[in-house]
Amino acid sequence: MTDMSETSTATVPAAATPVQRRRRRIRWGHVGDHVILILGALLMLVPVWMMLASSSHDDITIHREGLQFWFGDQLVENYDAALFEYGGFTDSVNGVTMLTNSLILGLGFAIGKIIVGMMAAYAIVYFQLRFGTLAFWMIFTTLLLPLEVRILPSYEVIQNMGLANTYSGLIVPLIASATATFFFRQFFRSVPEELIEAARIDGAGPVKFFIDILVPLSRTMIAAMFIIMFVFGWNQYLWPTLITTDESLFTLVRGIRQIIQAYADGSTTPEYGEAAALAIIAMVPPVLIVIFFQSWFVKGLTESDK
Amino acid sequence: MKRTTFRNPWLPILLLSPQLAIIAVFFYWPAGYAIQSSFYLQDPFGFGSTFVGMDNYSRLTRSTNYLDSLSFTVIFTLLVTFLSLAIALVLAVKADKVIRGAQTYRTLLMWVYAIAPPVAGLMGVMLFDQSRGNLTQLFQSFGWDYRLGVNYWDTATAMITVSVWKQIPVNFIFFLSGLQAIPQSVREAAMIDNRSGMGRFWDITFPLLAPTAFFLLIINITYALFDTFGIIDTLVKGEPGNNPMTLVYRVFVDGFRGGDLGGSSAQSVVLMVLVLILTIVQFRFLERRIHYT
Repeated sequence: MTDMSETSTATVPAAATPVQRRRRRIRWGHVGDHVILILGALLMLVPVWMMLASSSHDDITIHREGLQFWFGDQLVENYDAALFEYGGFTDSVNGVTMLTNSLILGLGFAIGKIIVGMMAAYAIVYFQLRFGTLAFWMIFTTLLLPLEVRILPSYEVIQNMGLANTYSGLIVPLIASATATFFFRQFFRSVPEELIEAARIDGAGPVKFFIDILVPLSRTMIAAMFIIMFVFGWNQYLWPTLITTDESLFTLVRGIRQIIQAYADGSTTPEYGEAAALAIIAMVPPVLIVIFFQSWFVKGLTESDK
Repeated sequence: MKRTTFRNPWLPILLLSPQLAIIAVFFYWPAGYAIQSSFYLQDPFGFGSTFVGMDNYSRLTRSTNYLDSLSFTVIFTLLVTFLSLAIALVLAVKADKVIRGAQTYRTLLMWVYAIAPPVAGLMGVMLFDQSRGNLTQLFQSFGWDYRLGVNYWDTATAMITVSVWKQIPVNFIFFLSGLQAIPQSVREAAMIDNRSGMGRFWDITFPLLAPTAFFLLIINITYALFDTFGIIDTLVKGEPGNNPMTLVYRVFVDGFRGGDLGGSSAQSVVLMVLVLILTIVQFRFLERRIHYT
């Protein structure tokens, strides 16, 4: 199909020798496409590459010359410091603690949201409810207002409930948005009507139908949703910044803020190498998940937002 | 709702209750609290609050800081939305066209989605740093005395650049899936009618992408308004000073730094109204006009 595009039919210049003409013609239109795509890929890749390369240099080099393009000799030292050296005001947090907290937030958020969302969507789609429409609108209004908009009152509410500096205070308020419910509702509606009729004829009750038929049928959807939600939870910044002041509850992304504040302080040479290493550690798990489960990820993203 | 449904009086309530409980406590309560406190003036030492009516709102319209953030947010949102959509569209069109290495390009262009905004911001801080940033040095070789955190528009440049960079993957994924949904028969018919690649794009492909593009427009405006918080916070290193600020960032700064609960709540309510208008526009106006699929 692309063979017919006007750019690709450019011919070899008339002066070319017969030998050259017999060679496979270079389609200049295609070359142009590849050049643009390679430039785009480099735009995405180079900043992260520089961060990765810099994470193996000592602080002085980065302080003098900025981010580096190639690796230095401090790789092990920097990652060791980023992961195992205790830091912060109270010396109670290191990279491993933050990594664990990030995992708890990512997993707790994704799993919690999927379970709560699937249950609510099942009730809305498969049951006749008197207040069904009301529940539907109450749930879907939450899609309109992101947490950032109501951040201060949410903080006050959590504070008053005594949930600041707890995992539940960190995770549960983030679940209060109906993206997963909406996503599963769309999916359940596309499940053929015959399934529930057959299940009813066979005498399966609502619980059995949900667990034995609907959940297995939704496996791909659950996987897709899980990836999106895990990445979303892992990358949360504003909410963890507010709700966790206890350093032992810091996530990796929250830890970035500490680095920045040390940077702004400016009294000593900031630990650039260690900071770069911590940034790389913070991006590796979600990036790997997105790359390895790409097709599920794309499915989850393009179908959940519609 | 399905035609065939289960009839069970208590099970659906049980199924719905976790969701309803969470949104009641963590959504409706705070949202209501925001609306309520936007009419009150909080005592700075915590001794109760006084009802002041619309005072917090009228204070906003007089505050030059707030109006400055408002105009910056408009410029910021327009630029981030336009640039990230345009770059992503070009890349998606090319990625849809190539056959060799298509999968590799796709992966290379989408993985940045997984990077957290503040992590992207940290990279921005290091690249745009006033004295040793690699990009700063590049700018200086062109004679641009670039100063992040000192010059208003220099800081804005860094914020816009990092925000666009972070948003390209999402737009790319949606545009590519929109392009791949265009049926082969339509493409072939277009090929026969119009030999010019550019003409074909604007006459056939672009109108067919319109639903995706309008959907993305809303997504991008929401992103620029809310999700860029981490980028802005890291680029100003948590010390906003005289740097440009978006409206959401100001809600945070006035509420948590300034301790002005009433003013911050009024700003929250303004943002809520803004988001509601956006959503209504999306559902009522755009969805009705764009009907190709």
